[in-house]
Amino acid sequence: MNALAIDVHDLRKSFGARVVIDGLTMQVPEGEICGFLGGNGSGKTTTIRMLCGLLRPDGGSGTCLGLDLIHDSASIRLQVGYMTQRFSFYGDLTVLENLEFVGRLYRVPGLAGAVRAVMQRFGLADRAGQPAQELSGGWKQRLALAACVLHRPRLLLLDEPTAGVDAKARREFWDMIHEMSADGMTVLVSTHYMDEAERCQRIVYLAGGRLVVQGSADEVVHSANLVTFEATGPGIERAARRLRHLPGVATAAVFGRDLRLAGLDRAALRRAIDSLDEPGLVWKEVEPRLDDVFIQMLNRQEAGT
Amino acid sequence: MSGFSPIRLLAMLRKESLQMRRDRGTVGITVMLPLIQLFLFGYAINANPRHLPTGLLSAEHSTYERTLVAALQNTRYFDIRPFATEAAAEQALARGDAMFVLDIPPNFSRRIERGERPQVLMDADATDPTAIGNASAAVAALNATVLNRDLPADRQVQPPQPPFDIVLHARYNPEQLTALNIVPGLIGLILTISTLVMTSLAITREREGGTMENLLAMPIRPVEVMLGKIIPYVGLAYVQTSLILTIAVTVFHVPVRGSLLLLLLALGVFIACNLSVGFAISTLARTQMQAQQLAQFGLLPSIMLSGFMFPFQGMPGWARTIGELLPLTHTLRICRGILLKGNGLLQIWPDLWPMGVFALLVGTIAVRMYRETLD
Repeated sequence: MNALAIDVHDLRKSFGARVVIDGLTMQVPEGEICGFLGGNGSGKTTTIRMLCGLLRPDGGSGTCLGLDLIHDSASIRLQVGYMTQRFSFYGDLTVLENLEFVGRLYRVPGLAGAVRAVMQRFGLADRAGQPAQELSGGWKQRLALAACVLHRPRLLLLDEPTAGVDAKARREFWDMIHEMSADGMTVLVSTHYMDEAERCQRIVYLAGGRLVVQGSADEVVHSANLVTFEATGPGIERAARRLRHLPGVATAAVFGRDLRLAGLDRAALRRAIDSLDEPGLVWKEVEPRLDDVFIQMLNRQEAGT
Repeated sequence: MSGFSPIRLLAMLRKESLQMRRDRGTVGITVMLPLIQLFLFGYAINANPRHLPTGLLSAEHSTYERTLVAALQNTRYFDIRPFATEAAAEQALARGDAMFVLDIPPNFSRRIERGERPQVLMDADATDPTAIGNASAAVAALNATVLNRDLPADRQVQPPQPPFDIVLHARYNPEQLTALNIVPGLIGLILTISTLVMTSLAITREREGGTMENLLAMPIRPVEVMLGKIIPYVGLAYVQTSLILTIAVTVFHVPVRGSLLLLLLALGVFIACNLSVGFAISTLARTQMQAQQLAQFGLLPSIMLSGFMFPFQGMPGWARTIGELLPLTHTLRICRGILLKGNGLLQIWPDLWPMGVFALLVGTIAVRMYRETLD
């Protein structure tokens, strides 16, 4: 295994009485693209902010690029590119001016050339003179990513970079993330989209400020020990509605013409299917998918709290 | 990233100047507002008002009456117009259409000539004592000898010779023009309003715009942020200062008896005071709304207790103590001192050093309060 870009142990953070990060331990090897997943309020943004020194952890320890999270946060900032969840550039400045400002703060050598190169790379050259506030969602994300990588950081922290962006722009954005990765950058990217999670080499799943599971997509799917059945035929909506309330059923949902049923206990699922008495449905067992696993985890978390 | 970097400061400065230039509305307001305030206050605030509307009730028209009215007009305090009835005059006084009503009794001239000393009643609207104060004094000075020329020789008043005369010498402002007092004070006040309010928004704007998070994640020091945000406003404040001074001299004929350079330097210290207060407010406030309110909260005592609104010597001790802590108090003295009295560094020093200490103290606190994390 490579050296670890992120290595934190038992990290804790509270805001007043509200515990947001409750003993988080996670590792991200250098050079990997790591998907950072979890429901809303699970602590993803707080973790990212602690990693880049914007928030001070209440407890625990960790390193980022081999530097101590608490004592070396100034040095960490120089080697990390952080893309905030909310667009955070100056709307009244142009694309070029925003990039120049960021570049100067990082004291990027050969600024003019570096800015030109990054604008070329992200297709921003034609929009150099456009005020940032006039860019559409997808282009704003590009500008934000360009500003993040201008100082050639070793680690990119991207907080829901593709929220609210159309499918084509999302795909292009992920192509760019893979390009960055090919250049040797480590990427930690939080997302709610399953297709994006599947493009990651590694997944870290958070719930209630704790790590639930980490590993490759396959590892995560297998470690969940989920059993999944699929059915087609008339009346799948009605069947799904009834199945949801039966014992042993974690999820039952309709995707187009298919009904997907998942749970941890194969026998219980079979009993549930038999009790339906819907002879029109044709059932078969299938491989669980990442989204089955996550929905099951989210449900279990809700049931637990 | 340790230490201070001129490159980063320059980057911050360039960004702030760009934003300031783009924001044409705000720049326009910061130039226009002082002008409007100057003309409004400079002309409107007059502690020695003249041409007060005065009603005249007269039972008969005589030489004596005409002389008295003319003499009153000549003081320039009274604009006299006659009323037909007592009721109409009473109405005018109540409505505020007249500040005075002069009631000349029947048989005025006959009783004068008989030596009966008839009484002329002068009703005054005393709701604003300062407004009628000087006018009333002018009436008192008038009556002893005003009719001498019209009276037969034996009735003419021979005022007794007082054992000594007091000669009042109104220094620095011999004509006692209120504008000469108000306008130098306005320089300080207008600078307070614009600089304090503008900088108090400096950080909150970044916070509300969401750009703060990005700024914090980048390697920039608090002092670089503060200086980068403040210096452009210093430039703007000096533009305002020059505008105000030009108008003060050309329109209001405020003399410049001392050194203009010294005045600009002293105002620089004053501007630094305001900007550090503004920056402190900015780090304290969570929203632009809060910042605005805090700035106004700071503004009010400055206006009330600095000696701008009321004479400083007339305030009770505790109010003067608070006043001494306010930069505006010292700036008013410095402005009036340099412009009207021709004071030099030696005379303004007692007011200059407290402002320097103030700026340094508040500036340090502001930088300390600037949080480098989001906690």
